[in-house]
Amino acid sequence: MRIVDHPILDFPHDRKKIFFTFNGKKFEAFKGDTIAAALHAAGVRVLSRSLNLHHARGFFCAIGKCSACEMTVNGVPNVKTCLDPVKENMAVKSQTGWGDFPGFYETTNYERKDIPVMKADVAIIGAGPAGLSAAIEAAKLGAKVLLMDENHQIGGQLIKQTHMFFGSKEHHARTRGIDIAKLLLRECESLKVEILTGCSVVGYFFPNELAAVKDNRLFKVDADKIVVAVGASENMLAFEGNDLPGVYGAGGIQTLMNVYGVMPAKRVLMVGAGNIGVIVSYQLLQAGVEVVSVVEAAPTIGAYQVHASKLVRCGVPILTSHSIKRAYGEDKVTGATIVKLNKDWQEIPGTEQEVEIDTVCLSVGLNPASELFFQAGCRMSYIAELGGNVVLHDENMETSISGLYVAGDVAGIEEASSAMLEGRMAGISAVEALKGSTEGMIKMKDDVKKGLASLRTGPFGRQARIGEEKMKEAAKK
Amino acid sequence: MSHFLNDGILEQTDFMIPSKERRKQGRVIMIECVQKIPCNPCSTICPQGAITIEGNITNIPRVDFDKCNGCGLCIANCPGLAIFSVDESLNNDVAEVGIPFEFRPLPEVGEKVNLLNRNGEIIGIGQVNKVRNPKAYDRTPVIYLLVPGKLSLDVRFFKSRNE
Repeated sequence: MRIVDHPILDFPHDRKKIFFTFNGKKFEAFKGDTIAAALHAAGVRVLSRSLNLHHARGFFCAIGKCSACEMTVNGVPNVKTCLDPVKENMAVKSQTGWGDFPGFYETTNYERKDIPVMKADVAIIGAGPAGLSAAIEAAKLGAKVLLMDENHQIGGQLIKQTHMFFGSKEHHARTRGIDIAKLLLRECESLKVEILTGCSVVGYFFPNELAAVKDNRLFKVDADKIVVAVGASENMLAFEGNDLPGVYGAGGIQTLMNVYGVMPAKRVLMVGAGNIGVIVSYQLLQAGVEVVSVVEAAPTIGAYQVHASKLVRCGVPILTSHSIKRAYGEDKVTGATIVKLNKDWQEIPGTEQEVEIDTVCLSVGLNPASELFFQAGCRMSYIAELGGNVVLHDENMETSISGLYVAGDVAGIEEASSAMLEGRMAGISAVEALKGSTEGMIKMKDDVKKGLASLRTGPFGRQARIGEEKMKEAAKK
Repeated sequence: MSHFLNDGILEQTDFMIPSKERRKQGRVIMIECVQKIPCNPCSTICPQGAITIEGNITNIPRVDFDKCNGCGLCIANCPGLAIFSVDESLNNDVAEVGIPFEFRPLPEVGEKVNLLNRNGEIIGIGQVNKVRNPKAYDRTPVIYLLVPGKLSLDVRFFKSRNE
């Protein structure tokens, strides 16, 4: 089902239709749909089967991080169908486990000399709020910038944030995330930033070379400075039935409804009452989806009170000290059991309640997507306040490898407003290291530093403040 | 301290409420935003300078109810949708409440609607008095409802009677 009338977004119904096949049957899609989005619009939630037990598999994250959506497309196995757009006459097939690799070795027999090289002063991986901001600052300072993202739309998670942002004017406050993405992209374009979408960076090689893949072709990026701004992935929660199609990440749900205009569910149980949980619950209501309740294991709501209040007054209760015990259903979610928790976060027997739903939405935190830094051999540290394993970095956002910078959620989970500031810091610092410092750069960096400090004041900045302190401590060792 | 951290529901003692006298003089706003969050558009957009956030951006906004003329610009521009207006100048039985409303379909003027409180419970029936949705409100229309006078400080949402 498609969303017909949305208060914030416009999904024109005269978009160009294209046709593809799924397991031999004909399906339609709107031009620009990903394969997974088009299938969901047609009511298909089971995309593939697991390797050993042949359990049904649906997607979870919808941003290419979880690999639960992999299918065989035009004979090529393990295609992330949440990222790849539908093309006319495409043949999409469910796969069991790893899928088959017909002629794999013949088709990938590259000569090393064939690999094309792209050169840039500053290469940036990830075109979300941090990457775009880094690109803008670096380009403004005269650097030749290459910006790569594995998604086909620019803006990272901004492209599904229909709500107005907090902060002050300098942080695009009261502008909707979707509009901030457009503003940042326009600025990048006017600054002649080279942008590659559908491009995955798959490896870092010392000093400052990247291996990247676009359209199934490998190429090399030779850059003086590199900024990694690849964001985070959504956490899974351990409970019975958590692998059923219909257990989705909150971001995955947002992608379906706010990017592709697909009705993601009929009745949803939201797990987690942080900002993402309550904001996505509200956005579900805006799309016309019923939210039965939000359960939160902690005794208090983590979200801003204003976000929680605007949801509760619509009639969606937030149940603190509650969690999900199990999700059930045959090949898809048809219900869940929720349970009350005691002070020690243990289930209280006898407090189980059944909820009739078709979707469980998880918003139980994010985890920095640090893989590239591990592979590069950067100094890392586990800092719970920043969401997990993060790369150690200094005030300039430079990691332990000279010339390799970090920005945004991958540097520690925070808000988009701080991601934009960190991105600016990384962009300015990279050019400063490349071309030499100027008074202007020092002043710009000072402003960014002040902005970050101001965002991190107050009770909600506590995690980030502690995280930054621990980062400094770990860097000293 | 009320229980809003447990259930998201504010009580009237949690925020600044304009005096009965002020409410009787005409439309005036109320900001139901009680936490130190980094946010200030209400204070920068107010044409009357009635809303101030002193010092750091995380401080809680304060309203000078005598300066506020109830124009409603802040209602549509609050990222937390936490600002409402009240007007008790009509008569004793009926008050007007202004509510930000980001849903479809938009209600019709004159339509009877169910009135909801901060808990999301239906507490009465009201009537749509005005639907304001100019470009400057950027997809956050403000709906003005006529509600029973005694409910002016309780009504914070509404739903179609068909739902």
